[in-house]
Amino acid sequence: MQESFPIPSKPSFAKVSRNRRLFRKRIVPWLFVLPVLSLNVLVVLGPALSAIYYSLTDWNGIGAPEFIGLENFRRMLFDDTSFGRAFLNNLIWMAIFLTVPVTLALLAATLLARIRRGAMGFRIALFIPYVLPAVITAFAWRFLMSPTFGLGAQLAKLGIPGLDQAWLGKPETSLFAVAFVDNWHWWGFLMMLFLAAMQNVPPELYEAARIDGASRWDEFRNVTLPGIRPTLIFMLLMTAIWSFLAFDYVWILTRGGPAGSSEVLGVLVFKAAFSNLESGYASAIGLTLSFFTLLIIGLFVMLRRRGWEI
Amino acid sequence: MLKRQRQPSLIPNYVILIALVVFALGPLMVVGFNSLKDSNQIGSNPLGPPANPRWENFPRAWQVGNFSTTTRNSLILVAGTVVGVLSLGGLAAYSLAKLGLPGSNALTLYLLVGSSLPIQLFLVPLFVLWRNLDLINNLFGLIIIYIALNSPFAIFLLRSYMLQLPSDFDDAARVDGASELQIFWRIVVPLSWPGFLTAGLVVALSVWNEFLMATVFLTKQELFTVVTSYYNFTTRFSRDWGLTSAAAVMMILPIVALFLLLQRRFIEGLTQGGLKG
Repeated sequence: MQESFPIPSKPSFAKVSRNRRLFRKRIVPWLFVLPVLSLNVLVVLGPALSAIYYSLTDWNGIGAPEFIGLENFRRMLFDDTSFGRAFLNNLIWMAIFLTVPVTLALLAATLLARIRRGAMGFRIALFIPYVLPAVITAFAWRFLMSPTFGLGAQLAKLGIPGLDQAWLGKPETSLFAVAFVDNWHWWGFLMMLFLAAMQNVPPELYEAARIDGASRWDEFRNVTLPGIRPTLIFMLLMTAIWSFLAFDYVWILTRGGPAGSSEVLGVLVFKAAFSNLESGYASAIGLTLSFFTLLIIGLFVMLRRRGWEI
Repeated sequence: MLKRQRQPSLIPNYVILIALVVFALGPLMVVGFNSLKDSNQIGSNPLGPPANPRWENFPRAWQVGNFSTTTRNSLILVAGTVVGVLSLGGLAAYSLAKLGLPGSNALTLYLLVGSSLPIQLFLVPLFVLWRNLDLINNLFGLIIIYIALNSPFAIFLLRSYMLQLPSDFDDAARVDGASELQIFWRIVVPLSWPGFLTAGLVVALSVWNEFLMATVFLTKQELFTVVTSYYNFTTRFSRDWGLTSAAAVMMILPIVALFLLLQRRFIEGLTQGGLKG
């Protein structure tokens, strides 16, 4: 960088001024960043790195960790059946979240992008579930899914039997019931993102499609979808990553039960660490979980390198 | 040539959208109805509006649910975190946007990677570290965690606001001999306040609603937040739907009111960078 100094009267003054300049250019910017960076290292980076070490130890979180090599990982993969089931549940969870809320959000956003009257009202109303805490969402749906009070029970009273089941309490349905509740809170947020992306699609493209006599479906497929592609792909990626982190709704609604039927890896880490006091083992599961998220990011980057337009 | 296009009817749009609104708000309405019923009324009429509304659930829920304490705890957490995130995050954003921080790309990458690490990865060692530092069951201890977790988002949002500010003002102030801290405080903050407001709202909402960290790091009843206390409350009174519904309404109303009041900023902030599950 070209620096022009005012000609100093004394050489020593030039040196001081130069140091000062350097200080202001190089040091001061880092002083501004330092507080937040050190907090972040203390809370995130340091513990994350030490988790790598703890994952190789037998440790109850209180005494001294005992180094046991890869024993935790061996146990996780070969002895602990709950790990395999939780992993499978995470995959099911991901499949649900990659499809159901995305479809619903695309539908609502497409419909909403067309209308003028009341558009703002609809947007706000559909977004409200997203701003509520998980405990509230879970509470409302636990009631609505209850076999004695809920929607199913009311339908049974009206002569439509079969839906008055304990959706959250049965091993066959618990995972899906929890995913449904999480979805209810989540899809409005997706819709808002898609809507924002759709508003950036040039309106001329729609006009051209309409003049060509395109049907609504054609228009959606050939104009809207390509127009919001970056947002869509990014959100699918984030959904895939987040689906490995699922915790709140599962813990609040079922704690992974009944009989482990709705167990996910996030809940498993929590139980290992805080119910079973196996901090070393919990760290191993946590590390594996992070590995999956890294794998997804890696896959994404690789596809992109191969020329996929994502 | 006369090219008249027939506008497709919008009625199907409205029909489906109204159905979706019923889906989104219906459950909340049921909670609202049930907060005004006693257990018998809920038994005979679990979903509909109450025949004769009873308000007794509310004062009882406030007292039994210990709302005066939990609201205080949640407000302390929110206030502490928002102040911390905005001041420390604001300084960092200023450095990134205006001071030409050497190595800024590396820092951005670090913040990006750090904020997408799963909490479950660092939760256990963090818990042990916090116990050794005697910061468990300590609101301040949790505030530090919240600041660290929420500041990357705020930094990105504030930086994008500050990048839009013309450099004339701060250059002029620099020539006049103002320190960078003075420039930040006197010029940049007042000019980018909408960014601070947006970031503050998003952070406040996420701290108010946070469940996992609050469960792990605050285990004493007198330190429970509104959210973690409500979780215990619903387990304790799982059969008293009227009471728990009234408590739910008391939690829903302030959030929704604040959201409606500032919805433009909320939506902007949440969709811009508040990418969290």
